[in-house]
Amino acid sequence: MRRSRAAWWFVGPALAVIGVFFFLPVLAALALSITDFDIYALADLRNLRLVGLRNYVELLQTPLFWHALGNTLYFVVAGVPLSIAASLGAALLLHSRAARFKAFFRTALFAPVVTTLVASAVVWRYLFNARYGWLNYALGGIGIPPIDWLGDPRWAMPAIIVFAVWKNFGYNMIILLAGLQAIPVELYEAARIDGASFGRQFRYVTLPMLSPMLLMVGILTVAGYFQLFAEPYVMTQGGPLQSTVSVLYLMYEEGFKWWNLGSASAVAFVLFLLIFAVTAVQLRWMRRSVA
Amino acid sequence: MKRRLATPLVNGLLLGAALITLFPLLWMASVSLMAPGEASAIPPPLLPARATFGNYRELFAHGGLWRYLANSVFLATAATLASLAFNVAAGYAFAKLRFPGRDRIFRVLLGALVIPGQVAMVPLFLLLKQLGLVNSYGGVIVPALASIFGIFLVRQYALSIPDDLLEAARIDGASEFRIFGSIVLPALKPIIVTLAVFTLLGTWNDFMWPLIVLTDKDLYTLPVALAALSREHVQDDELMMAGSVITIVPVLLVFLSLQRYYLQGLLAGSVKG
Repeated sequence: MRRSRAAWWFVGPALAVIGVFFFLPVLAALALSITDFDIYALADLRNLRLVGLRNYVELLQTPLFWHALGNTLYFVVAGVPLSIAASLGAALLLHSRAARFKAFFRTALFAPVVTTLVASAVVWRYLFNARYGWLNYALGGIGIPPIDWLGDPRWAMPAIIVFAVWKNFGYNMIILLAGLQAIPVELYEAARIDGASFGRQFRYVTLPMLSPMLLMVGILTVAGYFQLFAEPYVMTQGGPLQSTVSVLYLMYEEGFKWWNLGSASAVAFVLFLLIFAVTAVQLRWMRRSVA
Repeated sequence: MKRRLATPLVNGLLLGAALITLFPLLWMASVSLMAPGEASAIPPPLLPARATFGNYRELFAHGGLWRYLANSVFLATAATLASLAFNVAAGYAFAKLRFPGRDRIFRVLLGALVIPGQVAMVPLFLLLKQLGLVNSYGGVIVPALASIFGIFLVRQYALSIPDDLLEAARIDGASEFRIFGSIVLPALKPIIVTLAVFTLLGTWNDFMWPLIVLTDKDLYTLPVALAALSREHVQDDELMMAGSVITIVPVLLVFLSLQRYYLQGLLAGSVKG
């Protein structure tokens, strides 16, 4: 009894903070999304009205929402596989017995992860510069004509994906490296004795042993990439021609630029449901393929 | 694969990859030392013709950088200390103390990890407005006070503290708070450092929430100020690179000196699935 009371002193403050500043707002977001909370309600709550599902219906009828959804899916569908492929490649290289200076390379490849997103996005904006940027200069060296990375609606999202892969692949690289190190050496020795080539060892030992971890990393990365915001905010401001407006960017503009807080909450909830559904589908898929 | 072939191939690829990850950072540092306009040339220069600290002087003298740097340092430190106080106590209790509903509450917390923080942002903004915390340091810190991830991290580590040790202290008549202070905290030291580094870097690098909650320029953190400056000074590559250096270098230094703890936390946090 005494101990249980002491326990509440330990968990109570944290639970209270999480309850008031996280769970309460999440529930309030649901409530807010069925009101017409706007700048007038912000000034005087008497202007607030319940509107049912109107925010959601209007959202689904707004072309910009579908545009933002399409852009976000583009970022997720192209960005996640590229990121994980880079992570896996880097982890395999670092795990290789032939690799030298492993500690140095690991730190060097991981460094972009800890850099401040806004600052590295500013740096990359200049690297992407159509006239003076290093990327076009380097590509010019192998005969590729200059690309207006951030100024061309077709190239702005690919540019953001390139940046995101650079920034993020080190994170999963560390996790996958730990996964590779956990694979028993005997499995490889057995495969070598059977005369399996490097490629076949990868296909029949590494991939199956690593697949639960790869799927988990995939699920977490998908959920993270759905929350695209700062990259377009800093690099393109959603442009050109709204080609990099993401769902979260839309929520930010709707809520904190136009002060339509009701409809911004609806956007946030749609994003949450989307992430939730995609995660659930992936988890089911994972259980079935691992079992 | 033949060993003689593998060594140059693997190391060559690693070198290439490291060049790609480090080039933007080294280039940033180099351009920050160039004279205004120098970087906009064909071919783009790698090194400044004559290194100058003019951009830094300009930022500190006229860009208000002292202010932003001080804001960031203060907020990151305060958020880290607060988050340690809340999460270490709670994580320990979830691992080692018995109280009704413990496991159910913990499962709810874990389940809530799938809710993206942005869902809470609009109502949180209204709540903080009611509390008078919008546009204040408090408003930035509040969501970072306690975190589910932090509690989880500490709990996993605290599970390894032997129960006998705690039991023996209880038999000796030590109070729960005494036990926490003299046995638990020293045993949790590594994970406390890990959590501190995570929170420090997380708060320093955070962008969306400070952008929303801070309207007064004098309260801006470095990332928010940098984003605002970069919208004003699109053409001033050299100045913006100096601003980026000042934003990135502190976190890079913290990471390099406490790398082991950071990577351990990253791995511990990822096995929750």
